Amino acid sequence: MLTSILLLPLAGVLVNLLFGWRRGEKFAGWVATGAMGLAFLAAAWGFLSLLGLPPGQRALRSFLFEWIPVGGLQVKASFLLDPLSSVMALVVTGVGFLIHLYSVGYMHGDRGAVRYFIYLNLFSFSMLTLVLGDNFLVLFVGWEAVGLCSYLLIGFWHERDSAAEAGKKAFVVNRVGDFCFLIALFLVFSHFGSLDFGVVLPQAAATLGAGSAAATLICLLLFAGATGKSAQIPLYVWLPDAMEGPTPVSALIHAATMVTAGVYMVARMSALFALSPLAMGVVATIGALTLLLAGSIAVAQNDIKRVLAYSTVSQLGYMFLAAGVGAYTAAIFHLVTHAFFKALLFLGSGSVIHALHGEQDIRRMGGLRAGLPVTSWTFTVGGLAIAGIFPFAGFFSKDAILFAAMTSPHGGLLFWLAGAAGAFMTAFYMFRLIFKTFHGRCSLPIEQQARLHESPRVMLLPLQALAALSIAGGWMGLPLIRGADFFGDFLGPVFGKGAGAHHEVVLEVAMMAVSLAVALLGIFMAYNFYIRGQGAGAAYGRRWPRLYRLLLNKYYVDELYDGLIVQPIKRASIWAWRAFEDGLVDAAVNGAGAAVEAAGGAVRRLQTGYVKSYAVAMLAGAFAILVYLTVRGG
Amino acid sequence: MAPLEHYLILSAALFTLGVVGVVVRRNAIVVFLCIELMLNGANLAFVAYGSFLDSLDGQLIVFFVMAVAAAEAAIGLAIVVLIYRNRESTDVDDVNLLKL
Repeated sequence: MLTSILLLPLAGVLVNLLFGWRRGEKFAGWVATGAMGLAFLAAAWGFLSLLGLPPGQRALRSFLFEWIPVGGLQVKASFLLDPLSSVMALVVTGVGFLIHLYSVGYMHGDRGAVRYFIYLNLFSFSMLTLVLGDNFLVLFVGWEAVGLCSYLLIGFWHERDSAAEAGKKAFVVNRVGDFCFLIALFLVFSHFGSLDFGVVLPQAAATLGAGSAAATLICLLLFAGATGKSAQIPLYVWLPDAMEGPTPVSALIHAATMVTAGVYMVARMSALFALSPLAMGVVATIGALTLLLAGSIAVAQNDIKRVLAYSTVSQLGYMFLAAGVGAYTAAIFHLVTHAFFKALLFLGSGSVIHALHGEQDIRRMGGLRAGLPVTSWTFTVGGLAIAGIFPFAGFFSKDAILFAAMTSPHGGLLFWLAGAAGAFMTAFYMFRLIFKTFHGRCSLPIEQQARLHESPRVMLLPLQALAALSIAGGWMGLPLIRGADFFGDFLGPVFGKGAGAHHEVVLEVAMMAVSLAVALLGIFMAYNFYIRGQGAGAAYGRRWPRLYRLLLNKYYVDELYDGLIVQPIKRASIWAWRAFEDGLVDAAVNGAGAAVEAAGGAVRRLQTGYVKSYAVAMLAGAFAILVYLTVRGG
Repeated sequence: MAPLEHYLILSAALFTLGVVGVVVRRNAIVVFLCIELMLNGANLAFVAYGSFLDSLDGQLIVFFVMAVAAAEAAIGLAIVVLIYRNRESTDVDDVNLLKL
């Protein structure tokens, strides 16, 4: 039953591979969506059966077969459903189902729709393998497979050069992280002799010892893997480019699920990270820096999807900040609420792009509220949720992170300040986006305004469902009311914490008030800039042109990487091509050929090509033998 | 009965005529005929020895040679016909594809 969660999407892939091509887009779309719906029901069933168990023993294991039994290495294909993976599975299948449903409308009429749904189901299968795997290697298989699906879906419209390039960039940047992850797996195996979570994690403290160099190295390498998949400094550069893919893909893979795999992995390895305060500090610092960097870039972007992409990077930074200060529950809580409202925002932006026939530049939008009422209000709900306005989902999860950043033994004032500054930027860029897109004067050509139409029902339904989740999703983790923090109590045992940790209520309320005030200030500034004082934002841009250009060009990080890494590697490759490929390998092969040819040239006079000369040679030979035999015989 | 030497001299003469023909002549059919001449020169030596040594072995070998010569004639003539079709000539010096 546990494996059916991940086998259902795989069945969808197989059915569509066999019959989808002939039966067409509609069939493929509903098969894929149906498979995800059933997988969601299976995941919900798993969740309910976990709830039926006593809190300390909530883990279901499912053993499929011996996968790699080689000498000392025993790897099983087995899966684990505990509170952590159950939450992840619910998010992947639930949000995934809504996005599949939305895709049925969004991809209608696309020539590659069948291929699209096959990829999408394959991605869901891989992601579920990742979160349900019971050992490092099954997790790694899922980890690599989601990377592959991400590549395939970013480059889905591969006729477009930029899409193909973006897919390649995502793949290559991810390899860097995956390489570190793989080395971490080797280290784990060499220290523990096993790759099972059930063996490694409980023994981690005893085998490695707290604060040991080995633990720090493993954790840093694991985190390097996470920076690739979850788009953190220094490997975040692929995510904004990944927006070349279809918008539902951005919602599913590059906002709600795949990019959170790194957070999940760090949370899953919390027993290892607990051994290394240094690695924890690195995680929290990178998270805080990423959230500031990406948030400030998002302020100046003009492409609706790129704003959301940088926002995703920034929110992932929040999650790593939380994980780094040891607040794994808060990290996963934010992961879940983020999945709701960021999927909602992406799908909403997809609805806008759909209505405007591919237009993505917010400078050419405005006043779309009238034409797209449902998209407009759901998008605004998503914006309120991500900005952390009470009582939307983001408020609770962001507050949990900020509180932990301040009060946790690994945290500190600086982390809190970074988080609060990030909250301000989040509110500002989100409402800049909302005001410029849905409010104000419409800057579209008149004939396009007339043709403006709301998306079909099949696309609006997921938007409304996600909007409801973005409003109510945070209520499962109410921090102040004791006993109502269902989320924390459910996940707590996975991270070795008792249920219902003590909260300092006064401090928490004060911090809530501050973060709420900061968010409202951000919204108010966006309102001032883009609604009341038309063009005030642009005026600020003109007043500090350097800063504006710096943000617009994303701190020139892409150019920096290009100059420091890509071009030197290219030059080194060209040099190696000339020196080794041409100079050594080709020279050896061609030299061998030339030597044989020269030797052949020397003896080729023997072969005149005249039959008669061969006859003479034969005759001479026969005569010579005769003479020899005669002389010897005599 | 003539002494053995006479037979052998005739045999050697036939064989030598054949050799010279193979080496000197260009026409493939003539070369072919000369090969037959060489074979028959050898055959004569075999039967002469067989007769003088009161043995059937010589005649036996001659039958073999004749069978092989018949097969060779069939294939050889077929090759000559094909060469003529391809090259419009039966000159063996024109069959020089092996040369660069």
